[in-house]
Formats: sequence, structure tokens, C-alpha cells
Amino acid sequence: MAHQSELIEQDILAYLKSHEEKSLLRFITCGSVDDGKSTLIGRLLWDSKMVFEDQLASLEADSKKVGTQGGAIDYALLLDGLQAEREQGITIDVAYRYFSTDRRKFIVADTPGHEQYTRNMITGASTAQVAVILVDARKGLLTQTRRHSFLVSLVGIRHIVLAVNKMDLIDFDRQKFEAIRQEYEQFAANLGFGDITAIPLSALGGDNMIEPSANTPWYQGPTLMNYLETVRIEGEDREKPFRMPVQWVNRPHLDFRGFCGTVASGVIRPGDELLVASSGRSSRVARIVTMDGDLPEAVAGQSVTLTLTDEIDISRGDMLSAPDSPPIHARHPEAHLVWMHDTPLQPGQIYLVKTATTVTPGRITSVQYAVDVNTLEQKQVPTLGLNEIGVARLELDRPISFDPYRQNRQTGSFILIDRFTNATVAAGMILAAAPLEPQTEGYRPEPSGPENGFPRRISLSEASVSGAGVSVVDLTGETGIFEFDVSASFLEYLGKGNRILFRLRDLEQLPAVAAMAHEQALSFEFDRTAYGVSILLFKRSTRSGSESPDDGGTGI
Amino acid sequence: MSLNLTHLQQLEAESIHIIREVVAEFGNPVMLYSIGKDSAVMLHLARKAFYPAPPPFPLLHVDTTWKFREMIQFRDRMAAECGLDLIVHVNEEGVRQGVSPFTHGSSLYTDVMKTEGLKQALNRYKFDAAFGGARRDEEKSRAKERIFSFRSANHRWDPKLQRPELWNLYNTRIKPGESIRVFPISNWTELDVWQYIHLENIPIVPLYYAAVRPVVERDGMLIMVDDNRLELKPGETVQYKSVRFRTLGCYPLTAAVESEAATLPEIIQEMLLTRTSERQGRLIDHDSAGSMEKKKQEGYF
Repeated sequence: MAHQSELIEQDILAYLKSHEEKSLLRFITCGSVDDGKSTLIGRLLWDSKMVFEDQLASLEADSKKVGTQGGAIDYALLLDGLQAEREQGITIDVAYRYFSTDRRKFIVADTPGHEQYTRNMITGASTAQVAVILVDARKGLLTQTRRHSFLVSLVGIRHIVLAVNKMDLIDFDRQKFEAIRQEYEQFAANLGFGDITAIPLSALGGDNMIEPSANTPWYQGPTLMNYLETVRIEGEDREKPFRMPVQWVNRPHLDFRGFCGTVASGVIRPGDELLVASSGRSSRVARIVTMDGDLPEAVAGQSVTLTLTDEIDISRGDMLSAPDSPPIHARHPEAHLVWMHDTPLQPGQIYLVKTATTVTPGRITSVQYAVDVNTLEQKQVPTLGLNEIGVARLELDRPISFDPYRQNRQTGSFILIDRFTNATVAAGMILAAAPLEPQTEGYRPEPSGPENGFPRRISLSEASVSGAGVSVVDLTGETGIFEFDVSASFLEYLGKGNRILFRLRDLEQLPAVAAMAHEQALSFEFDRTAYGVSILLFKRSTRSGSESPDDGGTGI
Repeated sequence: MSLNLTHLQQLEAESIHIIREVVAEFGNPVMLYSIGKDSAVMLHLARKAFYPAPPPFPLLHVDTTWKFREMIQFRDRMAAECGLDLIVHVNEEGVRQGVSPFTHGSSLYTDVMKTEGLKQALNRYKFDAAFGGARRDEEKSRAKERIFSFRSANHRWDPKLQRPELWNLYNTRIKPGESIRVFPISNWTELDVWQYIHLENIPIVPLYYAAVRPVVERDGMLIMVDDNRLELKPGETVQYKSVRFRTLGCYPLTAAVESEAATLPEIIQEMLLTRTSERQGRLIDHDSAGSMEKKKQEGYF
């Protein structure tokens, strides 16, 4: 483990200082045993000098005993963790490996590539910022390459390395490498990756792993280690609107009330205004408290304790947000589900939905479609089984605060827990708040545009919107003409002083909401935020207009 | 634009998040405090997580009665300074049977005084979550360990019952009698731990620093003569050497290394230049490739 050994020997304090500024990168490797994935990771550990002599001794002994390299060092054996699977010769779960260079510390999620282990890949990818997708240069793109790429894109990883391995077995043929690279770029064009870097490799021989290989003079790009050390991932989360799910309320005595949590996105400073999405109440940050003293600011990724200038009711489960771009607060998220359990999804059954903020009972009302991970085709299915992926609609017992997963991985994700076995049965990634349940059966989210001649009818009832404070009707998924069916409970709900936020796709949806407000003698405020246009609908108090806090509104 | 978070800041934030999540979701958590450097870091993180309040859970030390005396002194001092309740549990049945590492061998001794002792304490106080300072990089069988590691009602670890862990969403649901072991510093390496101790000035047991200590050479290992229970075998003599410990446990089972490293930077320097991993000094790991895995299944940490 002698990286930078000269500096360590001569000036340990300088070495320590330089290593205090290291950043952290989490990445996942995807590929099968045959792609040389374990060899690749073993090689990274080996070449960054993270293997000790006693480990080397046992590696040499194991290589002779159970190795697959004819007695030569089998790097893959550095990785196999559990005795049972070592005997089977396959890895059956996610393993985490650690190594570091002078510039970064790395956490590698090592996941098997076998078809039935979608679950493990999603698990390993959920915390990764970069994916290394392995391809055997002799075989080119396989079905599993497409599967891995789809899963990686689903989980929101934006930086991709296409590691074209075993280049030594095709004589470092540039044309073949270029053909693989081009085919992959075409295939991946629709997957929403930020960047794709193809690297010709031989993990076994070390070509382009750490140092540029003399065997590929035609390749000018980074080596794998060089890429991992320099890919820019910092700051992506802090440019988004502020979010902090409240994890714990710290109240050691009556004079201190701190809200503890990890900043999911954005930046916060004392004096900044905050909104509690569930209640619509707002306050300002008084202090950012830590044991090392108050901070002038906190950024995404930090675990902090905030005190506020006002005594407002906030508890675990609430989400603190920037006031001008709050999260969605709704009961009916629509989400990608990855089913992770042997027992298939039971539509209608109650599960526990655990998000960044809270645990809420809820049921899956419908599976919209499943996605074939090999062909990416959508198909109609009644349910999802182990390792199947689909889009489903949920109905929660009470509204929760969330963001679309594409906008925020921390506040857009959830797990489903079986209430009886306590097993984690699914991973969820929220697409949006679902359009409200339609009157007619068989509704699909496809455009119900004017071409079919009839406006779609959207029913509004207390059940479909109710919650504390501001409830949401999300119309951003509606693409055609619609009208509302207003129920008595809906009006009663507004009559109690509740307000309902209608999110609009665009201004063309405004007349329908305005017409409904006019018919029902309701008032509304129009607003434009980072997420689009919205209308806050409410019932003006008939007793005394001047008492209403909403009096400044521009109700028509 | 603010400075980027360093790797230690990110590891710290993740650990604090985990510790808070346990306190928010479990009724009766405890922190297993082994007095070593990993425990020191874990305790420090817990204090940060709840500042200005003290951590809202007790410390539990399973005392095998064979710990270094300096460890026990350090333990009592830290608990008092942090304002935490300290529960010390000894397997009295094991003591009555006279179980010691010399008479019963390291394997049975560890099983009775450590593993059984831990189960007794968890059962007696009905803890539903127990923090431990294990790290995934310590040993191969730990690379796949969850951060929230599920244990059955009889404290067994079954790989098939472990739950997938996605994002930072941890499934904390258990039935009565079941429990979860939580490892907040899973993602830290030995170097991270030392760097953090250095950066944060975290107190550690003086045994980590080199000093002249009485040792005997036994089976190629240097064993410290910490009290008069260590009986010398024929041919053994007590020597005084400048030694230190890379890992701390029961003194008859923990090998010292010869060293002059008397400051933290020197310790880190030595660690970085050394060619053997830290668990080398622990006698119980040497049995066979799967020995740690077997011990874990039986409830050992």
C-alpha cells in the first residue's frame, strides 16, 4: 500500500494535508464473469497498491487452489466474499470495494451480470455516479450490454464508461473498437446519458488501465484510472432547488429546537426563507448548527441541524424546501418500479412506502406497463415479478412531498416494504404525480387529444386531493382537452379553508380551470415557478373577507 | 461557489445520517463500544449527529475480563466525558466456568465470552438496534455486509434474509425479538479512520502509540504482559520493547508490533508504509478462509 511512498517517508504531514482535499467517487461496474469484470476491479485495487502482503500470500495460495488462471495470480479472487459463492464460482450479491489514489477515494459497487440479478444492479447503481459497462471486444454488444445500459439510465447515472475489454484477444484492432463504440453510441442515444467514454482495455494485461498502452498508439483518450480520477461529478446536486427531508427533531431543552437532516439538494444560508411543503408554512433559517461551530452555509450532501426564526410545526417526515420551487405534495405518484422479491406485486395490497421523508402505507392501483429489459419494449401486464420493471400508479394514505426522480435522485426515490414479512420488495423512482383517476375505464396516459372529439373528464373529490394544507392536482401529464366533474366533498374541502394547487402543463389549460372556478364561485391565484405555471384554488371566506390571508389574491 | 466536499466530509455526513435514522426509527438502540479506534470514530460521529444534545442511547461494552487495563480506563473516561450511560456486560457463566484464552483456546473463549456475552446483553436489555464499528474493507466476507444488517430472534445472520439497500433508504422494520446491527462506518477504510482521527483530534487508547512495554514472544507474535494472569511457558522471558498495537482486543490474543511511532502522523506513516493488513494481528482470523463468515453467522460481530 505504498502509493506516494516518498512523500510519506519524507513529509507525512504534507502527505496528510494533500489527502485532506481528496474527493469521493462512487461507481458501479456492470458485466458478466466472462467479461473480466472481477479481473478489472482486482487490477484497480492491485495497481493502486491496496493489496497487502498477507492478502497477497493468501491470494497466491487461493489462485493455485481454486484459481481459473492455471495457477497464475487470479485477480478475481481478491473480490469473492462469501465462502458459498466462492465454491459456486459466481458472485451473487453486491459487494463494495475501496481504493484510493492521490486525487480521489473510490467506492466500487461490484455487481454480477447474470440476467436474474437486475435487483443487485439497481441496488449497486442507486448510489453510483459513474457506470463502467464492460464489453468483451471479441463479442461486441450483447443483450446484456443493452440491459445494463437501460438499468443504469433508469437509475439516473449520467456518466458512462464503455470498457471494451480483452483488446489483446483481437490484436488491439482499432476498427473493431471503433465499430463497437459507434454501435453503442447509436444504441444509447435515447438513454439520456450525459457523456459516454469508450476505452480500449485489457484488464488482464493492464492495457490502458492506469498508464496509456503502447499497444494502442491510435487511442488518445484517458486511461480508465485517469477517467475515474478526473470525471467531473461535483456540484451537480447543489445547483438544484434546496431540499432537506427532516430526519429528526433535536430538542434537548426548551430553548433549542433543531431540525436535523441531510441536504438532498441546493445550498442554504442563515436568513434564507424555507417552505414546509406539507403545511405551506414558511420561516427563515436562523442558524446552521454543528459541533464544530455554526456554518455560514450548508450544501447538498451535508448532514446538518437547522434552527428557524419562527416556531412552526415541523416533524420527521416533512420536507424543507426553497419557497419558490417547492416539491410536489400529492397522494398519487406514478413511478418506475423494480420488483425485487420472489412474491410478485399484489395490486391493491397495502405496502409501506418509504421515501426520503417518511413511511406511508399505500397501494399500487395499476401497473401501466412493464418494460422488457432486453428489448426495451413496453407490454401490458397485470403485475410485476422478481426482477421485472414497470410503470405503476400508487395511492398513498396521505400526501407526501417528492420530486420527479429525473430532477432529484434523493427526493424522487422510494422503497416498498411488505407489511407482514418486512422484506424490501421493490425500488421506486417517481416520474410525476399521476393524473387523477378518470371516470372512464381503460384510460391510458397517452394523449387523449382533441382528435377523439371528446374532452376527457377529470373527477375532483376530497379523496383525490385531501391532505394537510396545500393539496395538489397535477395536470402536467394531461395533453388534451379536459373538463372537471366537481363533487360535493371537493367543495366542502375547500369550504374548510383548504387550498388546492393545480399544476398546469401550459397556459392552454388555464381556461378549463378558470371556467370551473367561475362555475363553483371559487377564487384563485396564478403563479409561475421554476416548474411551470400553477394555480392556487381556494374558497374566499364569506363571513369576513378582510380576515382571509388570501385577500390579496386576484380572484376573478 | 462553495468548496467541494472532501471524501471525509462525505463519509462523515453519510455516517451521521445513518446514526440519526436509527434513533428516529428504533425504540431502544445501543452503541456497541469496543474501545478501539473504530469505536472512537463512531462515538465521535454520534456526538456530532445530536449536538448540542448528547447521543440519546447508552454505550454497551461486552467485557471479556481480558481486555488491556488501559482500555478499561479509557472506556470509563470517555463515557463520563460524553455524558453517556455505559453498560458493561460480562458473561458471568463463562467466568464461573473459568473460561480463558489460555485454558479453552481462542475459538471457544471468543465464542463464550464475546459472542455469547453479546447475545446475553442484547437479550437482557431488549435492544432492537445495535451500532457496531465494523468496516467493509476489513475482511473479504464483510464486503457484502449491509449497513443495516438483519439478525433473527436468536441473533443469527443469514445471507438470504439480508435486504437490498438502495440510495440512503434503509428498511428498519423488524418483528419483536429480531434486531438490526447497524454499521455507520461501513464505507470507511483504515486510512480514512486514521485521517479522520488526526483531523478531528479524536482521543484514542494510548496503546496505539509506541512505548516500551513488557512482552513475550509466543508463536511468532509479541504478546504484552498486561497483568499477572499471563503465565510464562518454558523458555519464554519477558522482554521490554518499544511496541504498539494496530488493533485492540483481548491482550492474550492481540499481537503487538515493534514500532517507534509515538505520534498520530507517525502511526499513519507506519500504516501507509507497512506491508500487512491490520487484521493480521488478530489471532482469531487465522483459522481458515471462511472463518469470519462462520463467526458472523453465529452472531459474532
